Amino acid sequence: MTERSQYFVRAMAEGLRDAMREDPSVVVIGEDVDRSIIGATRGLIDEFGAERVRNTPISEATFVGACIGAAAVGLRPVVDLMVGSFFYVAMDQVANQAARLRYMTGGQVELPIVYFTASGPSGSAAAQHSENPHPMLMNVGGLKVVMPSTPADAKGLMLAAVRDPNPVLYFQDAVLAGVRGPVPDQPYEVPIGVADVKREGDDVTVVAVGALVGRALRVAESLALEGVSVEVVDPRTLVPLDLDAIVGSVRKTGRLVVCDNARRTCGAASEIAAAVTEVAFPSLKAAPRRVAWEDVPVPFSPILEQRVLVDEERISAAVLAVLGKVPVEG
Amino acid sequence: MTEPDVGAQLEMLRSMLRIRRFEERLALLFKRGKLPGFVHLYIGEEAVAVGVCSALRAEDRITSTHRGHGHLLAKGAQADRMMAELFGRVTGYCRGKGGSMHIADFGVGIIGANGIVGGGIPIATGAAWGDRQLGRDLVTVSFFGDGASNQGVFFESMNLAAIWRLPVVFVCENNGYTEWTPTERLTAGKISGRSVPFGVPGLEVDGNDVLSVHAAARQAVRRARAGEGPAAPPRVPIGRPQRRRGSLLRPVPPGSRAAGMAEARPDRPPDRRANCAGGRDGRHRADRPGRAGGRGPSR
Repeated sequence: MTERSQYFVRAMAEGLRDAMREDPSVVVIGEDVDRSIIGATRGLIDEFGAERVRNTPISEATFVGACIGAAAVGLRPVVDLMVGSFFYVAMDQVANQAARLRYMTGGQVELPIVYFTASGPSGSAAAQHSENPHPMLMNVGGLKVVMPSTPADAKGLMLAAVRDPNPVLYFQDAVLAGVRGPVPDQPYEVPIGVADVKREGDDVTVVAVGALVGRALRVAESLALEGVSVEVVDPRTLVPLDLDAIVGSVRKTGRLVVCDNARRTCGAASEIAAAVTEVAFPSLKAAPRRVAWEDVPVPFSPILEQRVLVDEERISAAVLAVLGKVPVEG
Repeated sequence: MTEPDVGAQLEMLRSMLRIRRFEERLALLFKRGKLPGFVHLYIGEEAVAVGVCSALRAEDRITSTHRGHGHLLAKGAQADRMMAELFGRVTGYCRGKGGSMHIADFGVGIIGANGIVGGGIPIATGAAWGDRQLGRDLVTVSFFGDGASNQGVFFESMNLAAIWRLPVVFVCENNGYTEWTPTERLTAGKISGRSVPFGVPGLEVDGNDVLSVHAAARQAVRRARAGEGPAAPPRVPIGRPQRRRGSLLRPVPPGSRAAGMAEARPDRPPDRRANCAGGRDGRHRADRPGRAGGRGPSR
């Protein structure tokens, strides 16, 4: 497969383009999707026209809900929500409707919908534009949740999400938009529910999601110089979680650090740490550690924001803590 | 507009009676403690569901409400599979996963009842969008209550339907109560006027008069189906059944205040004007020459 370097959001757009080319019932809607402020839908209107690339009014609850009806009658809608917190605006339609209709009707209908958004902190965006709402949505039940960390995964997971017969929530960590990486030219699928070992190691398993995967890799690189071998596992999909892959890694290393780009309480880090502990407790040489945000709204002030969020220093400290090399904090 | 012929009117009467009998049976089963969960009865509003659904094709679609049994029966759902669902059985429409407020039958265009007030309105709008996008000339009707007319998605959906010129008909059933509070204390202005700023024609019809509802619905559905163009925006017939019989039935501890309310309401005699479905008192309709007599649904 030939490949070239591509930006993360452009890779998402390629995945969307591939999906729209293979299936004329795929449509993209959202606010300003014709020009695309962030870039994941840019250019699609030129190839597919205004009927399939539609701008919506700023009515999140209604256009999120409209996709349920549209999907129920045969469309495959893809929705750009633009900012992660906007899921909260549409929460009834997301949690009570999209996540429920297939189950509550006894499986009468498939709902192939993708809700994607840029999300997470991007630098002094303040609390209403820095959310990563995936922890709350993981808990809804009935929604698939994916969060790619590389351009190649971003493209392949987009095609997989559009092909999936269920609502899939696709989170693009905002800071990754301009990250480049090798992306294959051809259409391809990264299967939903399959984790990826981004770096092999023997001493500690670091599970990281979204933008934290890159930070975990940099930590692994610098700790390697000190003789610490870190394995970095990227779940890529949070629902359904590839627990086997994570547990397999923990059985090898005996130590677990989970990094989530969201608040600590009931977050992906908490869920993964708990799930691994339940099934692989005998393999653990130390208590798992979570690295996540403090349980507060994300601050605006840069210095306060830095205090709350997850950086490489904090990941590194957690790795050293499970190795017993530094005292456990907090 | 010509009235439906005698055969069609008889079919409307049958449909209304089927709903009434179904609901009466449910009330009985509930009283005896046989039904799991809780149910919202449609008694007294039969003319709205039947008047509207009789104006639809079999393939047209509806979304319904928490008080949805009447809409479903009028649209062609099978009473036995509905009853099985109400008992939580695997032979029910939703294999027992949904219950009273969540019955759907996609085979006859029922996208689903809905337990969230107003929750079905965007879904109906989207179904209309999907059908239009896929080149079908189908119409979707969104049934909702006066309470839902105060939800944001009602206004948002009307806006979206108007700018995208979608074949959706919004049918508001104003039964006079939002939960337990009189609607006029909670709802400003006329609900039928709420569509006007969107350029969507709204009209108010007597929801106890099945022929009036049918005529209004037929006109709205025809315009919606005709597709784009300024003469064919979505319509808003507003049904006004004056009073229903049972409101909400749910298990409550005997002797509590809530129990008193839940038990008292189903026993209250239905308002005379709500007797469109062949109830005990046909005077209201018989008073109106040209419509009553032996052939219409007033008997």
